[in-house]
Amino acid sequence: MSERDAILAELRAARPEGEAPARDFAVIEEKRWDPAERTARLMRGMSAVKTEFLEAGPSDWPRAVVDFVRRERLDSLLYGPATAEGRALAAAWPGEGPRLAPYDRPVETFKRELFDGIAAGFTTTLGGIAETGGLLLAPGPAEPRLLSLVPPVHLALLRADRIFDTLLQAFRELGWNRGLPANALVISGPSKTADIEQTLAYGVHGPKRLIVVLVR
Amino acid sequence: MPAEMEIDFLASSTRALGDPQLRRNFRRAMDGLLAKRAAVFPDPAEWTRLRALGGAIRAKNLLKLPELLEQLERSLTKNGITVHWARTTAQANRKVLELLRARGVTALVKGKSMVSEEMGLNHFLQEHGIESLESDLGEYIIQLDGEMPSHIIMPAIHKNKDQIARTFSQKIKDAKYTEEVDELTAMARAVLRRKFFEAGAGLSGVNFAVAETGTLCLVENEGNGRMSTHVPPLHIALMGLEKVVESLEEVAPLYSLLTRSATGQAISTYFNLISGPRAGGEQDGPREVHLVILDNGRARIFQDPELRATLACIRCGACMNHCPVYTRIGGHAYEAVYPGPIGSILTPQVEGVGLRHELPHASSLCGACAEVCPVQIPITHLLIRLRREASHRTAGTTVLEAGEARSRLEDLAWSVWGWVLSHPAAYRLSAWCATRFWRLLPEGAPVLAAWTRSRAKPRAAGQSLQERARAKGVPHV
Repeated sequence: MSERDAILAELRAARPEGEAPARDFAVIEEKRWDPAERTARLMRGMSAVKTEFLEAGPSDWPRAVVDFVRRERLDSLLYGPATAEGRALAAAWPGEGPRLAPYDRPVETFKRELFDGIAAGFTTTLGGIAETGGLLLAPGPAEPRLLSLVPPVHLALLRADRIFDTLLQAFRELGWNRGLPANALVISGPSKTADIEQTLAYGVHGPKRLIVVLVR
Repeated sequence: MPAEMEIDFLASSTRALGDPQLRRNFRRAMDGLLAKRAAVFPDPAEWTRLRALGGAIRAKNLLKLPELLEQLERSLTKNGITVHWARTTAQANRKVLELLRARGVTALVKGKSMVSEEMGLNHFLQEHGIESLESDLGEYIIQLDGEMPSHIIMPAIHKNKDQIARTFSQKIKDAKYTEEVDELTAMARAVLRRKFFEAGAGLSGVNFAVAETGTLCLVENEGNGRMSTHVPPLHIALMGLEKVVESLEEVAPLYSLLTRSATGQAISTYFNLISGPRAGGEQDGPREVHLVILDNGRARIFQDPELRATLACIRCGACMNHCPVYTRIGGHAYEAVYPGPIGSILTPQVEGVGLRHELPHASSLCGACAEVCPVQIPITHLLIRLRREASHRTAGTTVLEAGEARSRLEDLAWSVWGWVLSHPAAYRLSAWCATRFWRLLPEGAPVLAAWTRSRAKPRAAGQSLQERARAKGVPHV
């Protein structure tokens, strides 16, 4: 018998019985806020873990990104060129100054540059979570997985009208409970640790800074 | 646990109690964790309802465990993730080694995984010439010192920053001595970034595995989990077979309970949902994802309807943070991968209640563990049950080494006690003797010595209650 079959046979032999206890999700479902409060909660939750916010309008957010990159003297910004937002960013990018670098080829061909030569990464998001703060991302062909992970600064575009009340609601509305992209994730702040004497330190393995570009 | 290690809980806990630095480190850390957890559960009504939901979800998942594991396997396979099964930790180690060797991998970078601690994976791989490097900061620190985790969430909690500063300055090449936490963190970042870059494979644990969608969930703050699972071309995930959850919806409350109970965070920095290797058109991510599902005694635990609740655990560590015993002796004294109350019910069931009979007694039964458990595991009841299992073998028991910690002296004491209590004349005589002669009993008398080592000798009254009642004219005594 294979190990698999032996394990399953032993579990089946136990013949677990009994009624499955009722599961009442109301304790989460009843958490609802109006749009202004959703945005305020998200900002509170994420600011508390050192996330920074840039507020902008639907048409001028690329300008806000450019200004930030210049102000912080970041010499390069990696982005996904295939998204509508990526195209808008490229259109607004100035001819001189910091470099806008497309992530449009397999990581194997530019791993060294990704790790050592990129100052920041820019991604879109699928939305946010009001209850706790947090951004929903589904990296993929247009915006690769390491774009939001390896560069020391991560800029993420969030539309205020895409903030869900809770993670549960986001799972349901994004249809993730029926199937997920190969990688999906929630990010609530820059990388951090408290493994040394419970003292919080930011930027341990992932980005040292997370900047949410909030579009109202 | 290495087989050659001599297990002696009494000695190890006594040693730990005598180490003032260790006790300060734990007291300070646990006080911090208690306060943080309390702050994120400000509403008792919400806590009560949410943990009822968490408990119900875990209980339901356990009722359907074999079916859910098969469903998980189907969903993962459909998503392009290869599933392996291992009955024992030795088999799991061999599976991992085979996967690495077949791809010529010589260096593995690890995210945090308690199952890999169960397997002794680092040691095993190093013996076979493969570098296995921990990347969680706490795990990295203790790996540098060749130690085991002392806490399942905060593995280096037993150390203070001076101790860590010394370790870094001695063990990391060209490192200067500093006690600044930010500088220490930056040092680890620099070393480990190189390793993520170079490693041929990444390994991780699994917090929840979703049967319906074929998804491996990973909760973390540092980003090392994402680095380990997305940068190298091969990702190997390890999970105990109890980690399966039926639906993604059920993960939402469990995740909330986990981060709040573990570290007092409303949400962790990253919540990673992995449902497949690099897909067509993707520029990065692992080419292959493999999952090893480990039994290691869990299927045996599953046989007993009461003890089965042990498998509901989501590994938040709240029970140890709140345990007066753990806080005083720390994690290493348990001489086990899982310390604290959850370890005291899990370890004896996995390794045998004979060998580990002392662990269920490492509790004052104050009930704090059960009170804070986010999935309502009745830990105190299970501790008492295992105490009984250790000394009395009942027919049909599935507990490993049941009855093997039976003591003749204890049996004799109870039969004498039982006989005396059921014979009124003997009872009266013994009460009379106890009240008159207790002073004559030396403090160091056998059995009594165990009590008087750290407590005063009990004092008996001058007369028994019965005698006094009779003297007062109470009828029928």
